[in-house]
Amino acid sequence: MRVIDFMGWRRIALAISVGFLLLSVASFFTRQLAWGLDFTGGTLVEVHFAETAELARVRAGLEQGGFPGAIVVAFGTDRDVLIRLPQGHTEMAGDAVLKLLRQDATGGVELRRTEFVGPQVGDELREQGGLAMLLALGLITLYIAFRFQLKFAVSAVIALVHDIVITLGFFSLTGLEFDLTVLAAILAVIGYSLNDTIVVYDRIRENFRKLRGLSPMEVVNRSITETLGRTLVTSLTTVLVLVSLAIFGGDMIFGFALALLVGVTVGTYSSIYMASNILLMLGVTKEDLMLPVRDGADQDEFTP
Amino acid sequence: MLNKYPLWKYLLVLAVLAIGLLYAAPNLYAPDPALQITGESSAQIIDERTLSRVTGALEEAGIEHFGEVIDPGGRNALVRLGDAEQQLIAQARVQRALGDGFIVALNLAPTTPEWLSDLGGQPMKLGLDLSGGVHFKLEVDVDAAMERRQEFYETAIRRALRDERIRGIVGREGDLSVTARLRSEEDRESARTLIADNHPELLLERGGEGESWTITASMTEQMRTEIANYAVSQNLTTLRNRVNELGVSEPLVQRQGQSRIVVELPGIQDTAEAKRILGTVANLEFRLVANLDAPESEKQRFEYRSEDRAGSFEWLERDIIITGERVANAQASFDENGRPNVQISLDGEGGTLMSRATRNNVKRRMGVLFIERKFRTRYELQEDGSEKAVQIPYDERKLLTAPVIQSALGAQFQITGLDSPLEASELALMLRAGALAAPISFVEERTVGPSLGAENIRLGVKSVQFGLALVVLFMILYYRVFGVIAVVALAANLILLVAFMSLIGATLTLPGIAGIVLTVGMAVDANVLIFSRIREELRDGRSPQMAIHSGYDAALSTILDANITTLIVAVILYAVGTGPVKGFAVTLSVGIVTSMFTAIVGTRALVNLYYGGRKVRTLSIGGV
Repeated sequence: MRVIDFMGWRRIALAISVGFLLLSVASFFTRQLAWGLDFTGGTLVEVHFAETAELARVRAGLEQGGFPGAIVVAFGTDRDVLIRLPQGHTEMAGDAVLKLLRQDATGGVELRRTEFVGPQVGDELREQGGLAMLLALGLITLYIAFRFQLKFAVSAVIALVHDIVITLGFFSLTGLEFDLTVLAAILAVIGYSLNDTIVVYDRIRENFRKLRGLSPMEVVNRSITETLGRTLVTSLTTVLVLVSLAIFGGDMIFGFALALLVGVTVGTYSSIYMASNILLMLGVTKEDLMLPVRDGADQDEFTP
Repeated sequence: MLNKYPLWKYLLVLAVLAIGLLYAAPNLYAPDPALQITGESSAQIIDERTLSRVTGALEEAGIEHFGEVIDPGGRNALVRLGDAEQQLIAQARVQRALGDGFIVALNLAPTTPEWLSDLGGQPMKLGLDLSGGVHFKLEVDVDAAMERRQEFYETAIRRALRDERIRGIVGREGDLSVTARLRSEEDRESARTLIADNHPELLLERGGEGESWTITASMTEQMRTEIANYAVSQNLTTLRNRVNELGVSEPLVQRQGQSRIVVELPGIQDTAEAKRILGTVANLEFRLVANLDAPESEKQRFEYRSEDRAGSFEWLERDIIITGERVANAQASFDENGRPNVQISLDGEGGTLMSRATRNNVKRRMGVLFIERKFRTRYELQEDGSEKAVQIPYDERKLLTAPVIQSALGAQFQITGLDSPLEASELALMLRAGALAAPISFVEERTVGPSLGAENIRLGVKSVQFGLALVVLFMILYYRVFGVIAVVALAANLILLVAFMSLIGATLTLPGIAGIVLTVGMAVDANVLIFSRIREELRDGRSPQMAIHSGYDAALSTILDANITTLIVAVILYAVGTGPVKGFAVTLSVGIVTSMFTAIVGTRALVNLYYGGRKVRTLSIGGV
């Protein structure tokens, strides 16, 4: 098999990654994330009208009924309408909105779902979500340091942070809603992308021990080439099901599927280019993976 | 290298698969729409007569029904319906026919064959996003419970000092303490002894020398925890009772964390009604009606709550005899002359307090205040200039009734002289509603209408089917015979996943389905790893049998490492996440475990069966 010189592209790959990271971070500062109801708190009502809904009329009706700040949008079809109220209404607002709509509409109005999230819950969720990510990264570092070596753990985690930041950046740039399921998807991306990275690392470890006389860069190139088929096939099967989820899963799952799609794509790229790249930057050598030599007083030494 | 499994390994794989099929099977039987009928109190037995009234009402309405059963204890009965569309009408008809005293709830009756359910087989429970229903999260205001306890100590200490003729001023201090200011050191010492005797649980501290002598009684941290736990558990009990009044089959009322309670009501349509009943956050205060000559500083004015007495009011004393948390129960009943009354029972301490307060006040009147937690919205200016709406809670106190004390009261007493049984039952309901230890408020609500639930199931199933089909197609095209083997393993994995989830009673949610879809994508990963390895070995010139053997061996540690790290993430998701995230974490972690079995042991069994023990020239594993 011809070994592909992936690491020959390392500077370009690094530049691309740094570019995307900067873009993502810049977007956080200027656009933030479009936090969903789960995090901001507020009220959401989704209804299905028997006849085509006139959004302007719905808006006017709600305004007169005491909900001037209501955001009314079509949701999927022209009969499905999504109404959002900002924080500050009580938990009874959803019912009141539904009642108003039923009074105004000529045909029937069917309740699809309502959500009410109080302000306390949102802040907590954000905290918990951040905590979950840190916890996941911490435990993963420990596990890889234990199974491989610290340099591998550090590079893997940097690659993961890279994936998370870019996926979040995508949501920030596109302004897509960031809700609880997207958070779950991002945590799943951590698991998935790591999966890829571990497979490559496993081969690097094996080749370091098996092949003699190759430079670390040659070992890395060879390992990535050998695992490339598997990396691409697995990513492809995952992408296939995710596309199916995004298309058929409905609106409640779309954000989730999209976050995973972006995450899996970035994760595949990063496990090929980033994880090993950082490993080389940290100066990984054959010795890092040798089983530790027992302490013995009778070892020969050179001294200057 | 012959690649043969010993017989027991084949049998193991077969046995696991058979058990999987067995426990996944209940999910194939679609449940029947049904009505569940329960007595409102445990004394209410459901017999054949009740059941015939139910079937009679259904027949009259022309609603198809079958499979009526009463459970052995006569606690509840189940009637299956022919058509889910008629479930609501049926409920209304049956409720009307049976009248009060019975709760008629919508239900989905499993149709699992008896031999299956005898083996413990049961279908997966559907989450609210699939079945439709309401999810509430309520927060118990523990601080309010603390404040109320502090108030209680303030009143108790003030009264004790007054009874012993020790002059001083008693007031609350901070969140946890009550301070008494006294006129002399002797007074302080006798107050200290008195408080220590009455309330040994409080921490006492002397203070203030010279002009004033003070004694500060504080609640300990441990008491705080106890009060919080008591408040949450009393709310849990009350909520369970109220939820039962709503007539929902399989409701969930569960404590979550320090001070939250989650209530899930599958199939509920009228959320406003549910919230009204659950959210009646209330308390009671029993206080003496003030004497006419009492100074303004010792009394407060309260209006009556009921509409036909709107505008009229009474002056009550400021001292509280007992609050709602001392009320154990209140029930509407009739006396020996058939006149309606309300029987009230207090807990032990409540009884003592009540008898102490009433024995010297016979022929005076005692008012019962109903306290409701309400909110008003205030807008606060944020730092960035935007306005943020803030909900300010406040307590509204209204008078329920103010009867005359006929004799010294104890832990059991009654309110008589009510106009009608209706008034009695309403008063009892209000008293019970007020018997909550701490106010609760809604912090989260999610309602999914039944049509959206059905659509979510449809979409979920469709995306699983489609995703699965794509993966199957790809695997077979890319890996040929080995692809077919991987696909069989994938199918087995799905069966095991469903079986395992049914067996542990896990709930299937929409994110859970997403987890299954993702598992499908990732489960083939182990096989991809193995097959790539086998191809490599072939490329290096190994014999087919040798390639199979070392391919599986070499891939094993990689598969373990990769899956364990994903499992770590899934476990964290489960531990930290709530609701939807938890559902996803469950299917993901179960899927990882089952996929490791099917992808490593399962496919190896098939590969061995197909290629093992014979001479093989080439492997059908796609382009090498």
